[in-house]
Amino acid sequence: MIEILLFATIKAGTPLLFATLGAILMERSGVINLGVEGLMLVGALTGFAAAHTADSLFIGVIAAFFAAMAAGAIHGFICVYLRGNQIVSGLSLTMFGIGITSLFGRSFVGLTIAGFSKVEIPVLSKIPYIGQAIFNQDVLVYFSIILVAAMHIFLYRTKTGLYLRSVGENPGAADTSGINVGLYRMSAVLVGSGLAGIGGAYLSLAYTPFWVENMTAGRGWIAVALVIFAQWNSTRAMAGAYLFGGINAVQLRMQAMGTSLSPHLLMMLPYLFTIAVLVMATLRLEKGSTPEPEALGTAYDREDRK
Amino acid sequence: MIRFEKRKDASKLFTVFAPFMSVLFALATAAVIMLFAGINPIAAYAGMLNESLGSFYGISETLVKSTPLILTGLGVSIAFRMKIWNIGAEGQLYMGAMGASYVALNSGLTGFVGLAAMFVMAAVFGGIWAGISGFLKAKANVNEIIVTLLMNYIAIAWVSYLVYGPWKDPNGFNFPLTPRFSPDLVLSTFFNTRLHTGFIIALALVAVMYIFMEKTVWGYEIKVIGNNPKAAKYAGISIDRKIIGVMFISGALAGIAGFGEAAGVQGRLQEGISHGYGYTAIIVAWLAGRSAIGVFIVSVIMAVILVGGDSLQILMQLPVAFVNLFQGLILFFILASDFLIQNKPVMKRSGK
Amino acid sequence: MEALLKVESVVKTFPGVKALDGVCLNVYQGEIHTLLGENGAGKSTLMNVLNGLYSPDSGNLLINGQPYIFRSPKDSIKAGIGMVHQHFMLVYNHTVFENILLAVSDLPFWLDKKKLRIRIKEIVDRFGLSIDLDEPIRKLSIGQQQWVELIKLLIRDCKVLILDEPTAVLTPQESDRLFGFLKRFKEEGRSVIFISHKMREVMELSDRVTVLKKGTTVKELARGEFDENVLAGLMIGTDEIPVWEREKKQFTENVLTIEHLFADKEKNMSDLIDFSLELRKGEILGIAGVAGNGQKTLAEVLTGLKPPVSGKIFADGKDITNADSRKAYIAGIAHVPEDRKSMGIAPEMTVDENLILKSYKEKPFRKFIFQNFKAIKENAEKQIADFAIKAGPKGTPIRLLSGGNIQKVIIARELSMRPSVLVALYPTRGLDMGSAEYVHKVIMDARKDNMSTIVISEDLDELLKLSDRIAVMFRGRITGIVDPEHTSREEIGLLMSGETVQ
Repeated sequence: MIEILLFATIKAGTPLLFATLGAILMERSGVINLGVEGLMLVGALTGFAAAHTADSLFIGVIAAFFAAMAAGAIHGFICVYLRGNQIVSGLSLTMFGIGITSLFGRSFVGLTIAGFSKVEIPVLSKIPYIGQAIFNQDVLVYFSIILVAAMHIFLYRTKTGLYLRSVGENPGAADTSGINVGLYRMSAVLVGSGLAGIGGAYLSLAYTPFWVENMTAGRGWIAVALVIFAQWNSTRAMAGAYLFGGINAVQLRMQAMGTSLSPHLLMMLPYLFTIAVLVMATLRLEKGSTPEPEALGTAYDREDRK
Repeated sequence: MIRFEKRKDASKLFTVFAPFMSVLFALATAAVIMLFAGINPIAAYAGMLNESLGSFYGISETLVKSTPLILTGLGVSIAFRMKIWNIGAEGQLYMGAMGASYVALNSGLTGFVGLAAMFVMAAVFGGIWAGISGFLKAKANVNEIIVTLLMNYIAIAWVSYLVYGPWKDPNGFNFPLTPRFSPDLVLSTFFNTRLHTGFIIALALVAVMYIFMEKTVWGYEIKVIGNNPKAAKYAGISIDRKIIGVMFISGALAGIAGFGEAAGVQGRLQEGISHGYGYTAIIVAWLAGRSAIGVFIVSVIMAVILVGGDSLQILMQLPVAFVNLFQGLILFFILASDFLIQNKPVMKRSGK
Repeated sequence: MEALLKVESVVKTFPGVKALDGVCLNVYQGEIHTLLGENGAGKSTLMNVLNGLYSPDSGNLLINGQPYIFRSPKDSIKAGIGMVHQHFMLVYNHTVFENILLAVSDLPFWLDKKKLRIRIKEIVDRFGLSIDLDEPIRKLSIGQQQWVELIKLLIRDCKVLILDEPTAVLTPQESDRLFGFLKRFKEEGRSVIFISHKMREVMELSDRVTVLKKGTTVKELARGEFDENVLAGLMIGTDEIPVWEREKKQFTENVLTIEHLFADKEKNMSDLIDFSLELRKGEILGIAGVAGNGQKTLAEVLTGLKPPVSGKIFADGKDITNADSRKAYIAGIAHVPEDRKSMGIAPEMTVDENLILKSYKEKPFRKFIFQNFKAIKENAEKQIADFAIKAGPKGTPIRLLSGGNIQKVIIARELSMRPSVLVALYPTRGLDMGSAEYVHKVIMDARKDNMSTIVISEDLDELLKLSDRIAVMFRGRITGIVDPEHTSREEIGLLMSGETVQ
């Protein structure tokens, strides 16, 4: 029972994990992206379409990454180079994503593919209770865990990571140190958007291997909230994503076991929980120093006279 | 080399025409996308225009759809004025519709008193729903964008629970809807169309909100807070209370939109009672420059697109969500045009 | 000898302002070159052009005779120019170490923190600085933050160092230490461009002075060719400075008594510790001290923006610390805030609207729940005329006004409430000389009407000129109160660095 729940938790948490990591990367550069929901949809559809057409899951994932990157480029261009309002631009991106995937997704509704299958890691998967749950997952799950570590190392152990963090904290200081603020922000938006796209693709290629309109059902927004919960930190993002995966798993389990509770009430749980966690995370932030990048949400204009 | 320089004053011409140009550019871009999807854009646009403006009935439908947009647009605008992002008008509309329906189905009130009670309950439910995020923002600085948005999902799920469960019409063939309200609790309609009294209420509220935002001391306080919260604190304005109050008003307006949909258009509560009006309201508010009069004009334009978009569902079997594409594109172009309002292109030789 | 760095007729316009109008500058190797000029003369703009932040509209930049075009700060860094900005370019949430790393030009992709630390430690030690590399910047004092900026320039091994008003945030003693460093840089063959308008520093340090006015070069003078009078004359030009006499006054009544006040610590700022002070009716009390020693907190506590933790405040003998009467009394305290743009105004709103920011609820400006636009307009017309505010056409957002005019709007508004006490923070910071004189005159006039004023400033000349008494603050306490007529800069300087007088 615990094993099954843990397995389902990780599976349900993985799309959130990809999207949250992508959002963290973007926000670390100072760009807030409320378009994650739209990017996940773009990733989900493109991933499914490419995988179905090319009959290759790998190509599906790559396609999802680049398609979401292209959609994210609009947001990046508007926020970084046109210095537009990041909140409005992100909302537009979500609307754009919902609209365009509903249009191009028509012909893919009802089709099926064989999704990612489990890959058992020898020895580790034999650990009692947790082995099967953690070490007998699909490759994207392993990839997401590697990504958590990679992002931590990138941000704190490399030059590029240091520069990226500086850009998000004080673009003026970064600029006068010879760092190309626009390039760093744009790159972060591109890669971060791509990761959100992979999060979407996980839904349509592994979680429920098919495409339906609006299949992300608010996961993009939960990811944006998780960034605050995670305090812009990739390892904490993993904890957050699995926490929500867990709630989802429990909720689905209860539905499957046929409880008398309405499925609609159970469906509220993840959202209620996100709000509760967000409130707690914010209250904690208020006390100590804020881990929020100082320049988050503000455009950088070199010639702006203060 | 072309460079962009800041203008001293925003270009007046651009400021006025930018929203219209943005809509045109968005339509053009959407046309290209439609071509890729194998749809004839000219036929689609002709169909859209014909459906929304080509007949008396079409125009009335456009006004029907503009009603919730005006109300939610006003709500989002007043919050925007304070730089508070209410992305939750959709959920507030649902809660308002639920409040009105509760009165209609359970109170036993009739006639004008009943309708008035429905109106008040809708406003109160919508207002409280938004007020929660206002409270969290004011007291704990919790990000209102995310809270209002997530609360949409909760409100929609809650209404689904009601119409699938305890409030379901026993004679409704298992459809997710409540019994019809008694006829005296349904808003009267005009000229044999679906255009209902809610539209008049919306127009009246445009006038009320115009006066509220532009002429009163509260409107002034809201402007100061939106412009510079530090200056507001320095001027002795209690920001926390204003945030909660404005969010309540914002949600109440969306709730009234829900009243209009339940009591005016459907005559009952049902699943999917709003076609994303609360989200469209964000565009309405942004395009309208947060002004009450602007909200009215932009709402009608957006209603044309919504009614037209609905017609494509029948004409070309396009999904309803397709309309989101227009909305996203319009906003993208508005943001790009903001840049041209503030900056002008100049030809420049680099160096010598 | 050819100039190391040569600026030829550079022009730079901002929307509506010609900030630089054909400015020229010659900096030679191994000299300290002072850039002198009033606020708004274009000093900072010129330096930002040299730093690669602003790209000029026209003009040339030559280094060792070679023409250069800076497209970004990166080009400027490559050319060996480094700058300490007036507002430090530091990442406040990062550690000192991480901030210094930003200046390392050959930083490897994988950060070997041990190796890098040794390298940075070497430079820090060479200059005898004691700074904890793992401390986040926001926990450092302003003086220490400036050392970090200097270390960054040294790591880059800059040929030309630009310092934009570096002493504005330092005690006289800290400034002397800085000057020691600058002289050492000079001996190492580096050039220093030093921006200041404090005449004594200019005389002490400069090998050469370039005077700017309204975006053009007025004169370039080598050591020996200038003295204080010559420079002052060039800087101010023909503007006349009004002369006024301070009338002698006897003070008897106390309007405000502060006893043992404690207040909470804010980011970067010292709190108030056991702070006691008396303000007498009709006097101007100057408060000297380096910024960040609790002055801002004091002003905020007095004006009701921040509650004190403990202690008492008496007004006219009544305890108003927590009583309800405090609110009413605070309404009688006018406040010219430290950062006029971030706190004193609503930038996008009109001058008319900003002039009623404090009194919009009061009688003439409000009719029931509505605003009385006629009264608001009449009030604006009167204040604009009385204070000679250049407000531009009707409906102009206030942010488009010059700093001096914005300050006039704030002062006009605050005084129009007929306050019994005025708390003015850095009232003339960033103003040109004419506007500053005007502000001083207004404060002196109000003194005649028996208004009490607390002037918080770091400009000793201003305090010596205005004040009846000067209190000096250091780390949230008063270190001494002096009589401006019987004190010296040295005495105040010592008090500012925490030495208490016996």
